[in-house]
Order: sequence, then C-alpha cells, then structure tokens
Amino acid sequence: MALGQKLERTIKTPGLTLAGEALTLDLCGGLWLAAHRTLIVSDLHLEKGSAFAARSGQFLPPYDTRETLACLHEAVVRFDPACVVALGDSFHDARGPERMEPGDRAMIAALQEGRDWVWIAGNHDHAVSEGVGGRYAETMALGGLTLRHEPLPDAPEGEIAGHLHPCGKVAMRGRAVRRRCFVTDGKRLVMPAFGAYAGGLNVRNPAFDPLFPAGFTAHLLGDGRVFAIGKAMLARD
Amino acid sequence: MPEGRLPAPFEAWFASRGWAPRPHQLELLGIVGEGRSALLVAPTGAGKTLAGFLPSLVALSKRAPSRKARGLHTLYISPLKALAVDIARNLEAPIAEMGLPIRVETRTGDTPSHKRTRQIERPPDILLTTPEQLALLIAHREASELFATLSCVVLDELHALVTSKRGDLLSLGLARLHRLSPKLTAIGLSATVREPDDLRRYLVPQGSMTLPPLRGRVPAEQAGEGATSQEPALPSPDPLRGPPSPAEGGGFGDAMADLVVVKGGAAPDLHLLDTGLTLPLAGHTASQAMPAIYDLIQAHRTVLVFVNTRLQAEYTFQELWRINEASLPIALHHGSLDASQRRRVEAAMAAGQLRAIVCTATLDLGIDWGDVDLVVNIGAPKGASRIMQRIGRANHRMDEPSKAYLVPGNRFEILECQAALDAVEEAAQDTPDARLGAPDVLAQHVLGMACADAFDPLQLYEEIVSAAPFATLSWEDFEAVVDYVATGGYALRAYERFAKILRGPDGLWRVRDARIAQQYRMNVGTIVESAKVKVRLARGVRGKPGAILPKGGRVLGEIEEDFADTLTPGDTFLFAGEVLRFEGLSEDEALASKAGPGTDPAIPSYAGAKFPLSTFLAARVRALIADPFEWDRLPKQVADYLVQQRSRSILPGPDGLLVETFPRAKRHYLTAFPFEGRLAHQTLGMLLTRRLERAGLRPLGFAANDYGIAIWMTRDVSEAIAREPGFLGALFAEDMLGDDLEAWLDESSMMKRTFRQCAVIAGLIERRYPGQKKTGRQVTMSTDLVYDVLRKHQPDHLLLRAARQDAATGLLDVARLGMMLRRIQGRITHKALDRVSPLSVSVMLEIGREKVYGEGADEILAEAEAQLLEEALG
Repeated sequence: MALGQKLERTIKTPGLTLAGEALTLDLCGGLWLAAHRTLIVSDLHLEKGSAFAARSGQFLPPYDTRETLACLHEAVVRFDPACVVALGDSFHDARGPERMEPGDRAMIAALQEGRDWVWIAGNHDHAVSEGVGGRYAETMALGGLTLRHEPLPDAPEGEIAGHLHPCGKVAMRGRAVRRRCFVTDGKRLVMPAFGAYAGGLNVRNPAFDPLFPAGFTAHLLGDGRVFAIGKAMLARD
Repeated sequence: MPEGRLPAPFEAWFASRGWAPRPHQLELLGIVGEGRSALLVAPTGAGKTLAGFLPSLVALSKRAPSRKARGLHTLYISPLKALAVDIARNLEAPIAEMGLPIRVETRTGDTPSHKRTRQIERPPDILLTTPEQLALLIAHREASELFATLSCVVLDELHALVTSKRGDLLSLGLARLHRLSPKLTAIGLSATVREPDDLRRYLVPQGSMTLPPLRGRVPAEQAGEGATSQEPALPSPDPLRGPPSPAEGGGFGDAMADLVVVKGGAAPDLHLLDTGLTLPLAGHTASQAMPAIYDLIQAHRTVLVFVNTRLQAEYTFQELWRINEASLPIALHHGSLDASQRRRVEAAMAAGQLRAIVCTATLDLGIDWGDVDLVVNIGAPKGASRIMQRIGRANHRMDEPSKAYLVPGNRFEILECQAALDAVEEAAQDTPDARLGAPDVLAQHVLGMACADAFDPLQLYEEIVSAAPFATLSWEDFEAVVDYVATGGYALRAYERFAKILRGPDGLWRVRDARIAQQYRMNVGTIVESAKVKVRLARGVRGKPGAILPKGGRVLGEIEEDFADTLTPGDTFLFAGEVLRFEGLSEDEALASKAGPGTDPAIPSYAGAKFPLSTFLAARVRALIADPFEWDRLPKQVADYLVQQRSRSILPGPDGLLVETFPRAKRHYLTAFPFEGRLAHQTLGMLLTRRLERAGLRPLGFAANDYGIAIWMTRDVSEAIAREPGFLGALFAEDMLGDDLEAWLDESSMMKRTFRQCAVIAGLIERRYPGQKKTGRQVTMSTDLVYDVLRKHQPDHLLLRAARQDAATGLLDVARLGMMLRRIQGRITHKALDRVSPLSVSVMLEIGREKVYGEGADEILAEAEAQLLEEALG
C-alpha cells in the first residue's frame, strides 16, 4: 500500500481484557479503564532534559516536561478520569521535582484538580518529593488488577507494569518502523513509556522473556491508530 | 611577479637529481619571501607539494645554528591522515640529502600521547597534521605560545577541503593562526577550480579591521570560580563604535592571496568506451562492458576502476573476477571495508602487485599509490571537476597525458559522458560555490576557544568574521552562538546554573571546568559517521538452519546501522565482494553467512555516497538533447533513441521543462524531466505528491533518478490538465518551497539525520565511538525525540536553523530545486500521450529498482498486523 490510500479504519484494536477488566489501549500510550474511570500512564520521566544538563553537560531542549504534560493534558481532557495513576519513574531522578519550572508545576496542579492522583514508586524516583500533589503508593490494586512499576516474573495474573519502555520493530521491504508499544500475553500487560525523552527497549530483548514465556502480542503506537502485531513479525534491533 | 632565488645547496640538490626548479616553485618562493600568502593552482604531477614546502625549507636552512629550541615554523594541513604521513616521508629525502637542520614530525589521531605532549613542549620545525588536529591544537592552553613563532601554513588539497564543514572549521582555525602569528603566510595548494578567487579569500583575513594582538593569558587565580558572574547577556559593543558589522570592515572580498597558476599539463587522453552493444535505458551496472574493461586491465600495468557507489564497487569486483581467466590480481577498495583490509590493498598497490583496483571516492584524493597508467570510470561522471580529479590519478607526470575511459551504464549516461568529455576538452570546471559557514561548526569552535583561554566576545567576533566563510556573520548571530554554547540557547532559560562557559566580571568568557574541556576534545571535528555495525561472518550450526554459534568468524567490514535495521534474517546482500546471507544481529554486530553459489542478492542497495549530477553537466545534457545537430557526435543508439522520442512525443528544450502524462495499467502517470539530480528530484517528488493529493488526483507513489521523476495516481491527470489551463503552472509554482516544504521537511527522515549531524558537531549530543557498546537496555534516547520536541517548542533554535541551512544544499538540495522552479516558470511543455514515451521509459524503469517513496509507517504496521490476523484466522 502506498501514499494516499486511506487505511481501512474498520480494523479496530481487539478489545482486551485482563483479569476480567476491560482495557482500552490508547494511541497516546495511556491505558483507559472505563469501568473505573481510571487513566494509567507509565514512565513519564519528567525533567529528564534537566537531569542530563545537571549530570553530563548535555543541554537537551528543556521542553520535555511541558511536552509530556501537554500529551497527558490532551488525554485527561478526552477521558475526564476520576483517577490518574502514574505508574512509576514519573520523574527521571529524585531531584526532578526541585528543578521543575513553576509553569510546569502549575500544569500538574491543574491536571490534578478534582480527581484522585496516584504516584506509584519507580526505580528512578523511589520517593516522589513533596510539592507535586497527589498521593504516593508502592503498588495499587484496582478490581482484579495489580498496578506496579517493575513487573515481577512470578506475579499472579492481572499485573499492569511499566519500567521496561517496550518498543516493537517491524522491518519490511527495505524499511523499518520502530514504535513504542503495549505488550501483553492476556495475563499481564507492560505499558509503553509516556515521557517525551523516554527511550525504548526492543520487545525481542531477553529482558521480556521471563515475563512472557509463551509469547506475546505487541500493540504498536502508529501514526493513526494502534496496531496489534504478533511476536513472530517483530524484528530484533 | 617576484621570483625567489634558490640558495646554493638547493640548486646543487636539484642538479644532483637531474632536475631544475620549475618557474612556479620559484615564483611561490618569491611571494612567500616577501611575506605574502599565495594560492598555487596546478595539475597533478606539477611538483605542487615541493613548491609548497620550498619557502619553508629555504628559510629554515638560512637560520644560524642554535642550541635553543626555536619553536614551530611551518604547519602543513592535509585532508587525509595517510597523506600527511606520506608527505613527511617524502620530505625526509631532500632534508637528509642536503643535510638541513630541520626536524619534521606528524601529528594525527594515531600519534601516541607522550609524543603529543612532547610536540607541545618542544615543537618540531615542521608539523604535518589534519584539520581536526589543528582544532585541538588551537584549543590547547599552550596554543598562543606554540603558534607565536609560526611563519607559514600550507593547506594541501584545499579545493577538496573548502567544500565541506571541515573547511568551515579549518577557516576558523586559520583565522586564529593569523591572530596568534600576525606575520603568518598561508599557502594553498589546489587542483584547478572554477573560482580560484574563493580560495584566495579563504587564505587571508577578510575585512579591513585590524586585529589587536591577543591579550596575554589571564592568570588562573583570577579566572577562578569566585570571580565569575552568571550574567547571561553579552556586553553591548562599544557605544561609540556601535555594533560591529562585517559591511563596515570594507566589505567582502577585498583581501586575497596572490595567485600562481601552472598552465597546461598535457591534455588527457580520454575516451568513451563503446562496446558496440545496445545499452539499457536504466541501471548503472554497465554489465555489458565488463569484458571490455577486463581487456583494458590486461593491456595496462595498473588500472584504477572508479565507480559511484559501494554497491556498484561490489558488483563490478564480482563481475571482473567472474571473467578473470588469467587470475590477474584485482582488488576492491571502499569505505565500508575493514580498515586493515584497505591498508593491505593500498600497500599491495604501492608495491606494484595489483593490476586493477575497483574503488569508490575513497581513492579520489590521496597518495600516489603505485604506477597507475589507466583510469576507468564506470557510470555517470556526475561532474566535470570530479571526473578530472579522477583522471588525474593516472600518471603523475604532468607533461604526459593521463589516459582514461568513461563507461556509461545506460543510454542517458552516454549523454552525460559525452557532456563530460566536452567539458574536459574545454577544461571547464564545475566545482561548487564557496560555502556559507555553518553555525554548528562555529559553536564547536567557540567552545574550543574558551578552552584555550578566556575570550573577549568582541575580539573573538572580529577574528571569526575575518574567516571568509563567516565574513557575513552578524553580531546577533554570533551572540546567539555564544548563548548556545553557554546554556543551549533556549528561550526557556533552564540551564543557567549548568552553563558550560561563564562570563566573568572582567567581561571575558571562560570554560566552566576541566570536564567541559575534556568533553570538547572528545567531540572535536565535523565528520559525523553514521552509526555502523560490524559485519561478522557467522558459523551456522550444522543441521539447524538459522541457528548461529554465539562466536562468529572474521569481521568483514561495517555497514550503516540504518541499513542493518532494515534487514531481516534470510535477506541476501552484496558485501566485501561476496553475496552474504543476513543471519541476525548479536549485540552490536551483524552476523552473516556466505550465500550459496549462484545466489542473487535480494536487497538491492544500501546507503553509500551518491553524487548528484552537477548543474553544469545537467545544462550540457539538456543542450545536447535539444540540439539535433549535435546528435552526430553521439553513438547511433542514443541518436536513434532521441529520434524516437521526437516522433512519439517531443524533446525537452534546453531551459524549459517537459511534462508527459499517460495512462498505463489502470493508473495515470505524470513524468517530468528537470535534469537536476536525484536529491532535488526526490524533494520535488514529495512536494508534487502533496499537491496532487490536495488536487484530488490520488497519487500513489513516485520514483526519481538523476534526470527526471515519475508519479503515478488513480485519477486521470491528463484530463485534469486539459480541463484547467493553469493546472501545471500552479502544480510546479515556486511557492511549493513555502509551507509545503516546511511541512514536509519537519517530518522528513533526511531532515532528522541532518539535525543529528548538526547536534553532534555543535556538542548537543555526544559522539558515539566505534566499538563503544550500546547500553544493554537500549533506553538511550534517539535524536529524533529531541528533534520533535525542539521543533515544536522552539522552531527558530540555532540547531534547527543549522539543519535547514544544510538541507538547502545537502541531502535535499532545496536550493537547486528553487533555481529549477524559477527557470521553468512559463516554460512548461506538456504532452498528453496514449502510452509511455521513450524518455519516460527510462525513469519508469526506476520503479521497483529503488525504494518507492511515500509509503507511510502505518502502511507497514498494517501489513504486519494483517499477518497476525491471518495466523489467528488460519
């Protein structure tokens, strides 16, 4: 298929259920649980740009926090969630909140207005500092689901985690497309990183093997929709 | 012109060799003796290098003996490390034979660190080095002492250096040398160029502002952290003088080095290789010419076979060996081969052990290896100056003709070869215009200057605009560069407290700490290699197809990571003279096995240098086609082809644009023949498809080559043109370079690649070094993410401007496209045809040969998804 041909929009992402809960995999990289009116986003890595500047003298454009928050804002407006869960590594490092611009801080406060907001602990930001609103939790239970940052290989069915920044790569006819993705085997789900500067780990990396011993389907974030692609069609890096 | 006199020992030395000094060598000696800079333009074999060193050798020989070290006298800069080493060897002979008290040393990336340190403490009389090493030297804290004694700088192969960002960097280094040693004379050595005045300006400080000598070193205590303020703004320039402007300095172009031109050299003995066989209408392999090329190899001592791409090099090498019944030693040389393999080929060539070397532009420049008596150039010559440089590789005695054959790969290339033959006969040149200095290079230099010593911004500005490529730099743009170096140049002033350079209360800027200086040294230079992965021969596991042993065999060379990314296990491709089967990636290596005999490579091409057709040759090809009286000079098959085109459609004129439309296999085609090179055509194709889409014609894709483009669509384009008289004029209107271009550029992967290069050069992101392992978890961020965020939040950022400046001339050739669109205004000839014309066939044949453009990421993902559904349903 080449330029100009409109995609068949009729193929919808198959409805996904995990531990009896219906999930919507949103194109923005967020997960929407309509029954709980809850939006989950993972690995925001806010203030990654300034972390680089502080640590290594590389001055990446300092707009990653506002870019990430703008995407989150768009999703919050669209879903109007009662609860937002940030699934860990919300800040790139523990001192991230201190370095945040006042405007960005105000943006977070505005997003939190009138809804429950949970910061799940990550490995980069184990204890989110005071002053960014919301409440803090190590893990969280939601219906039959357990939300935690780092996936546990022996977790019971129904775990939703982040941490790994999954990316899927499709190579075909001399072209390669590499996109962030959700990964699931119907028992657990690993979410894509949401942050503007968050990199990606190829889902064919051995790090995913213990989590999905019987294979998985990756849901890649395309330009216009989410694409469900089998493990066999995904290339290594 | 003054003529220098050779001292007696030199005359005796020349005589002992049976030589006489050549007039241009004496002329240069005279000019430099009077303290003036000079450009020497000479063909190969004219004794250019000796001419460049003679003034220094003579001056050094006249010094009274002394026990004290007297400092560096002459600096020689070469674009190639190997050339610097070779020249050092060649200088040793005259120095030893005349018994001159002169110490010559080289300094390259390979020089051990203890020797580098010693070279700063006790410099040789003559130091031979590269532009990157010069950048490191002038950023050294001892630079002002080291170069205070410098009397002469020799820039070799200057024509090749000035056309790139390396030339921008070198010009800034040269400006600093002129500043550190105000009596410095610069000597440029160059092949023939179109505009020697550009190079003459490059050699000497521009503008009439006289520079004060650089202040003495600021004591370190004073430069300590306590003394610095973090005020971000630059001082306003002296209110009495107002902001300095380059125009005030007497304008551009009032200072030029003297010019010495060596005329003549024997005219080359240049032919079109006519095998008598009918050539295809497309393709570049010249497969039908291989037996004839092999005959030429048999009839000569050493033949250089030049090709335009690595793919072509691989193919030609394979084909020649297939018919190599006499088992002649024929070797392969291109940029992706393992360095040790290349060195072996070079050594064998120097030793006269090879009969032919198939090579790419890697051997365009450089050392006179071996006794080459014939050059064969396969495929289109692409530019008159380029082909002359290549021809010059045969035979290095200027009074004997260089012998060369041009081998066209298709019928269009015959036209291009003929145009090149005409150009060589007239000695016409088409070297590119002088460059506008790149802002990313300037940013690197400014940090380097802060590493050398505290700098006064006004003084540094004046020094920088004395370099020809930066002569028109405004004070405001300079301020923006300093701001970028200090804190990234962001409107959101988030990084003040991390600033890399800091302005003290004395108004001077200093580098923050030793770590930043170290970072600068690690990232110096303008050559940004695309990330590469090693290709290692894999050993398969017996009986288990596809299974690979963890440790493979030898390394064959490197391929671009971008190319490796597109391979899937089982794909076959040509590399290092063999058809390989891609087995998979292991860490940072591509594993491949040898494909069985008779396997055809399935993946058609991978990135490699591809030169666009020069504007000059393009105009000549158009003129050849437009004038039937010229066709007598062309092989009959080409003349016949043009006659057919004239009877079936119409011939494109010398200045206008021919557009043909026709239906074929349920689709409608539009072809156009601008003759502006593949890069400009690819950009044009992207823009035209956007417009056709908006016009409701449903374009599906396009293909481009050096001569034209073909776009196919579902709706009848001939009918649309007939219905609406202004349709074509509007389609090709110059305003496509406005919003459409901006919109497309922002998304273009080529633009992202260009941005990455600018970001590395300007120090925004650090270089990746060969062999440096990727982090295991691969959570390193890609530059594309940075690009996307930056263009959204600060579209006028310095690095985005730098990337757009590159796009204008580089990968996207936007500037050339603009010239073409202006040229064809009101001169579009349209021909609606029932079927494809002979001319259109040539570009239609590119379809399927090259990637088809316009396929989006989602189309690829949808196809992969469909596979899953099939599995699920099947």
